[in-house]
Amino acid sequence: MSTTEAKAAYIGSPVKRREDETLLTGRGTYVDNMAPTGTAHMVVVRSPYAHARVTRIDLDAARKAEGVVAAFSATDLQEDWKAAMPCAWPVTEEMRNPAHYPLTDVARYQGDGVAVVLAESRAQAKDAAELVEIDWEPLVAVVDVGAALDEGAPLAHPDLGTNECYVWRLDTDATGQPIEDAEVVVTRTYYQPRLIPNAIEPRAVLAVPGPSDDVTLYAATQVPHLLRLLAAATLGLSETKVRVVAPDVGGGFGSKLDVYAEDLLAIALARRLDRPVKWTEERSENYLATIHGRDFVTEYTFGATKDGTITHLRARVKAAMGAYLQLVTPGIPLLGAWIYAGPYAIPNYSVEFTGVFTNTTPTDAYRGAGRPEATYVIERTMDALADELEIDRLELRRKNFIKEFPHTLSSGLTVDSGDYEASLDKLLELLDLDAVRSEQAKRRESGAAKQLGVGFSTYHEMCGLAPSRILGAIRYAAGGWEQATIRYLPTGSVQVISGTSPHGQGHETSWAQIVADRLGCDIDVVEVLHGDTSISHAGLDTYGSRSLPVGGVALTFAADKVIEKARQIVAHQLEVAADDLEFADGTFRVKGSPDKEMTLAATAWAAFAAHDLPDGMEPGLEGTAVYDPPNFSWPGGAHAAVVEVDIETGDARLLRYVAVDDVGTVVNPLIVEGQVHGGVTQGISTALYEEGTYDDEGNMQTANLVTYLVPSAAELPSFELARTESPSPTNPLGVKGVGETGTIAAAPAVINAVLDALSHLGVKDIQMPATPERVWRAIQEAKA
Amino acid sequence: MRQVALTVNGMRHELELEPRELLVYVLRDRLKLTGTNVGCDTSSCGACTVLVDGESVKSCTVLGVQADGAEITTIEGLAANGSLHPVQQAFHDHHALQCGYCTPGMVMAAVSLIEHGEATSEAAIREGLEGNLCRCTGYHNIVAAVQDAAGAMGRAR
Repeated sequence: MSTTEAKAAYIGSPVKRREDETLLTGRGTYVDNMAPTGTAHMVVVRSPYAHARVTRIDLDAARKAEGVVAAFSATDLQEDWKAAMPCAWPVTEEMRNPAHYPLTDVARYQGDGVAVVLAESRAQAKDAAELVEIDWEPLVAVVDVGAALDEGAPLAHPDLGTNECYVWRLDTDATGQPIEDAEVVVTRTYYQPRLIPNAIEPRAVLAVPGPSDDVTLYAATQVPHLLRLLAAATLGLSETKVRVVAPDVGGGFGSKLDVYAEDLLAIALARRLDRPVKWTEERSENYLATIHGRDFVTEYTFGATKDGTITHLRARVKAAMGAYLQLVTPGIPLLGAWIYAGPYAIPNYSVEFTGVFTNTTPTDAYRGAGRPEATYVIERTMDALADELEIDRLELRRKNFIKEFPHTLSSGLTVDSGDYEASLDKLLELLDLDAVRSEQAKRRESGAAKQLGVGFSTYHEMCGLAPSRILGAIRYAAGGWEQATIRYLPTGSVQVISGTSPHGQGHETSWAQIVADRLGCDIDVVEVLHGDTSISHAGLDTYGSRSLPVGGVALTFAADKVIEKARQIVAHQLEVAADDLEFADGTFRVKGSPDKEMTLAATAWAAFAAHDLPDGMEPGLEGTAVYDPPNFSWPGGAHAAVVEVDIETGDARLLRYVAVDDVGTVVNPLIVEGQVHGGVTQGISTALYEEGTYDDEGNMQTANLVTYLVPSAAELPSFELARTESPSPTNPLGVKGVGETGTIAAAPAVINAVLDALSHLGVKDIQMPATPERVWRAIQEAKA
Repeated sequence: MRQVALTVNGMRHELELEPRELLVYVLRDRLKLTGTNVGCDTSSCGACTVLVDGESVKSCTVLGVQADGAEITTIEGLAANGSLHPVQQAFHDHHALQCGYCTPGMVMAAVSLIEHGEATSEAAIREGLEGNLCRCTGYHNIVAAVQDAAGAMGRAR
């Protein structure tokens, strides 16, 4: 049988997004734009304390306030929950997972919900929420992840008797030689601040009860399918009675990859009250009530020979869980567990994670999830080791790069493809390192106030979540496949239904490119549907840079099923053997008789009319494929930052950012570059600006956009991007995923650059973010 | 309640407003012009930027009653005769939006910046858009789009 030839007219070309016009003209369908008649607006009353017991709660005054529909405490709703809030990733058998419910009478973090008020308008609900009377018994809070396991530390959950959630290890003692015996041992400890994802659209949900005991939840979510499944399970409803719709969603970055209290409250209360219930998060509320990222303390060690061959690594990580385990909280460190050697071949591998409860907002997936945390400590320590060995920082990286592919890592997974030297070479071409170094030398000599530094980060990462068997082996509750359906309609349009759920990534455009190439049709006849469980009934949604390498690849298999069915129909109608048909550019042609042909579009009509199909064939031209990837995908690359540091004020400013990434085959370069821009910005911002902090009592000190710095255009330069391309041999598209590469690579490059700018002053360490105060203090301490 | 008259996208509305109602909620909830988004509660993000008498204004910083008598343009009023405004077109051409949530405010701020003749360089555009936050694009393509649109609008004058 001849193979399917795709002409690749669209893949690789910068097709402008079909999503744009709606969004540019103010016609987006974000959840907060919806308000069906009779909607009750919900406001959550939250704990002002990080750890406190409700000793009395009185909702009477709130219930009597103007416009109020109802008000409920935790006790009032306890019967509504058939299970506790879900955590899908019990990473060890012994993992501690204290039950939590959408409302509580013992608050474990500032912002934990204790009551809800519903009213005819949001303003009335807010006014009435002020009238809820609560007596609190404050309890001692534990806040600092680094100190929470110390003897005598306060306990986030006193009945557990410990703040330890779990300990998880991955040791591959390849040579039997302990790390202490390595010729050179370099150990550093790093704190990676708590980050607030800050999707510009806050979370929002609207639950609309239906006439047959059903409910539709419109949600600003990345995961409509997971949300349907878990909402049904938590509320004790049949999955058939819950429809989840993710309309236009205004960014996620992991923060909308969850099942939240408000999702469940909205459904439960819409059913109780038999009217639509809507909740829209306020930004300041988002800082308390939506998951955070990072908050890791990591001690990282390299063992190496004197000539710079790295023989060992050891990572000891304390990872903050926050007060409770959300959907995948405990698994976040594990998403980086296999890449603590970076893109380097290091035989002795030892990683240990300790999950730690604190009285803080739960952590969970934030862009990169586990891999930025790994890459940061690797790339910082790589520079430290180079300095210790007095070897050039890039030479040390080159010497230890994985050079042959496929390569089985000492951690056990296999990297299918890559070319790290090619990325680094291209980076250096773009950077003009000699010119940068010469300018740096000039400024050092003249004692300029503004010193220059250049920092590097070479990385690889594992994304494309994920082979279901591996997920099972590491105790994740679900699989990692993705589903796609392609329907060739009788009049020649093509309907594509994907289980992915975009929130800015432009899947409607990229998926149309893939399908149009595969089927040989015009891109404009392809419609892409997603994000509604009544249309896309199966899928595993969008996170972990999985959409293209799993969901995009599923499209190709669905297209192949359409083509193969059509081939049987064409063979039957043209009275030739199926093997004698060639398919290209949307048309079947008989080998050797090129005038005998039939288009796929014509075949779609024939399949619909069903007048003359092969015996026993079902009418219709539709293919559904479920793709379970056999491996993760492995993007990699090399990034460089050039910073200017004012040594009088400590102000560090990014002058240039150069990134060379290998994300395999590129479907839409416009979208890929956009993903890198955004990803890199979040990594830069991690290095220079963002830090969520609590005081000792667990009061969040950075609970709004005024005190938590999300950078504006004025803080950033334009970026210089290039790509190398080693297509993944794991999937037929050769794609790898791009959503998180920038965030993974950028933070260490920027901090390494800041340190490089100050190295002549004796500064050896600055913790993130490198705020003017931290930089200034580091300079003063080095002087002293 | 206060009697207020607003002209929004060329259409006059007479409304009875509570004095505490913010302009952004007047637009969204009363006039159902939901193109103007709300991204924060501290006047930091700029998602709600509209033009009030030709000036770029964060509509969460203004009370509805303060806008009495004003001419307001929102994102819905920008495209004319079925074709995109040059700034909207440039955002499309340069992939200057991803999730689209900050986009209406960003576009309105850019329109104002260009119309005031302040989009004169990359640095000026970056400074001029300082009050509008985007979490998706890293601003790279937004800046390119505004530069492009400034050129197109300059040529059209």
